Amino acid sequence: MKTKTTLLAAALFCAALSTAHTFCGFYVAKADTKLFNKASKVVLVREDDKTVMTMANDFEGDAKDFAVVIPVPTFIEKGQIHVADNALIEHLDAYSAPRLVEYFDGDPCRPVMEIRAFAAAPGVMRGRADAEHDKALGVKIEAEYTVGEYDIIILSAEQSGGLETWLKESGYKIPEGAGGILESYIKQKMRFFVAKVTLEEKAKAGFHYLRPLQVAYESPKFMLPIRLGTVNADGPQDLFVFALTRKGRVETTNYRTVKLPTGMELPIFVKEEFSDFYKAMVTEQVRKEDMHCVFTEYAWDMGWCDPCAAEPLSNDELKNLGVFWLGGEGRNPRARPANSDVFITRLHVRYDRKHFPEDLVFQETRDRENFQGRYVLRHPWKGEPKCDAAKKYLEALPERQEKEAQTLAQLTGWEIEKIRDRMKLPAVGGKSSDGKKWWEKLWK
Amino acid sequence: MDPRIFQISALGGLLIYGMGWLEFELGPVQTAVTLGGVLLTQALCSRLWKVERFDPRSALISGLSLCLLLRTNSLALAAVGAVVTIAGKFALRWRGKHVFNPTNFGLVAMMLATNGAVWVSPGQWGNVAFFGFLMVCLGGLVVMRAARSDVTLAFLGCYLALMFGRSLYLGEPMTIPLHRLQSGALLLFAFFMISDPKTTPDSRAGRIVFAALVAYGAWYVQFRLFRTNGLLWSLAGLSLAVPVLDWLLPGGRYSWQRPSAKTSNVQRPTLNAQPTPI
Repeated sequence: MKTKTTLLAAALFCAALSTAHTFCGFYVAKADTKLFNKASKVVLVREDDKTVMTMANDFEGDAKDFAVVIPVPTFIEKGQIHVADNALIEHLDAYSAPRLVEYFDGDPCRPVMEIRAFAAAPGVMRGRADAEHDKALGVKIEAEYTVGEYDIIILSAEQSGGLETWLKESGYKIPEGAGGILESYIKQKMRFFVAKVTLEEKAKAGFHYLRPLQVAYESPKFMLPIRLGTVNADGPQDLFVFALTRKGRVETTNYRTVKLPTGMELPIFVKEEFSDFYKAMVTEQVRKEDMHCVFTEYAWDMGWCDPCAAEPLSNDELKNLGVFWLGGEGRNPRARPANSDVFITRLHVRYDRKHFPEDLVFQETRDRENFQGRYVLRHPWKGEPKCDAAKKYLEALPERQEKEAQTLAQLTGWEIEKIRDRMKLPAVGGKSSDGKKWWEKLWK
Repeated sequence: MDPRIFQISALGGLLIYGMGWLEFELGPVQTAVTLGGVLLTQALCSRLWKVERFDPRSALISGLSLCLLLRTNSLALAAVGAVVTIAGKFALRWRGKHVFNPTNFGLVAMMLATNGAVWVSPGQWGNVAFFGFLMVCLGGLVVMRAARSDVTLAFLGCYLALMFGRSLYLGEPMTIPLHRLQSGALLLFAFFMISDPKTTPDSRAGRIVFAALVAYGAWYVQFRLFRTNGLLWSLAGLSLAVPVLDWLLPGGRYSWQRPSAKTSNVQRPTLNAQPTPI
């Protein structure tokens, strides 16, 4: 019976896909993945106090220079650490990225036909410090493991001075000012997860890049430590949190979570520079909110998408990301029904020490309303007006395009005149698109 | 000025600000359902209990507070929340005194009963508008002629001490407790919820002990249990201890006509002009 239901669900899903002009269309372009200079990507899978955290790693540089110190709420056994595949996070990123939708206006004299298409734009990470090994200094090495290409040490400490010295003596570059933050984590009885790369294992694994590290732990704390990362940051950083939960949308409880503006109609030229648009829009929204907000970019049931910037993740992919409550080995990736057991929230935060003094604390809500960052391009119909409807359509077009220009200016902070130039729109009070003054056509 | 009108205006203003500028996860339909729900329930309960004539003001204050705090995907649950809040006010009394602050009870009961299908978003206020909010609240104290403001001030004092104390102990920069205290959710709680004269202990000593316990409870939920909405859980839990506090530290029962025995010779607002619990 279960198999039947699964097959039925799969069939329904495929049927939905085949009616391409209604929703899923064809892919236009993919935006550059390296949109944000200093950006980290973290996947947080959370249910019943159980958390699986996956940290993307696009550390660029010599792998021997890579090391990371992460406060974790509990002791971590070897089996709780895993190395994932980069492709998983890339897929999640593409699936949840803000998207562009295209419409083609039909002949106003005939029933309207429309085709949609879409594009995606994602985010990125960086690593830190140097690593070597030595013995303790009031610091307890609770465990040492090698997992994949990483050497991992779980540390606990009595006081930050000892830990800082130990880390420094062990060759870790600890930024000035980190001591105080380490101390506050020590007093909260947090452990430290220190990872560096073993070159031998990396060579054996044969990857040219560092794979994402995964940690599974059980703790009531649903938070992400960001304070250490702000110590030596030269300017604001971007963080993408992909939360995979069972009940619904995730939000921050100690910062305001707001939805990115969405659903606007934009000038056609945005298609060529969607990445620039997305970057500028985020920057402008951050400025408007005085950098005090966390933005929701996507909140959706993992079973489907509309339109799809990328296919939803398969059950296997989700399980690899740590979604431990999914049953059924090797099911059809599209077997999940529209009301599935996994809900994704993509949060984007640009933070620095001044505006984000404390770590991010989250809560899962049972809000299952779908939300996506979606921007609309409407290609005007170009034809000979053969009926009144067509004439009216053409008359209304300049107004619509002017509105698109203003929307774009408002969203991105770009100069309206430059946008009008790009769209070949008349400056307000100037000449119209046919080069005539407005009054030249008035009494004709 | 009638303090209830002040409260309705303040909460209404906050609601408009929240919906218009802070993008609260709340549509006009849910607002209408909640406000309609509380008023209907108030009318019905007034008739059932035959205790007082229908007065929409108190219910409206509860309704506006529910709009500010209660979040759900389901309009039916929003309506149930409104009914539970007002019905709870009439039904749950101990020796003529409300056991729970109505909105607090409505929220906690709904969160528990629906396994989270109703939630509260403490982060929705942000902290940009904090100082404006603070001014409104402090203005409220003046307008309400400090009727039982002791509980608000004692609570804020204790909570502030706990936040700063924790950060000092952990060696955190003071920007952290300041950020935590600059919260609209905290102000709404301190000035409009815990100050409820119908549920707080009778004596001033009792109220100060109560405020300290609620502050500690909230701190415990947030920093020991690591759960959200410590303020609401703490107030609901400790409301059950109020009869014990009244027994240990007896005082004059709060009366609408005569707010406290000590100040009975002072001209006080009459029934209609008293602050009303949210």
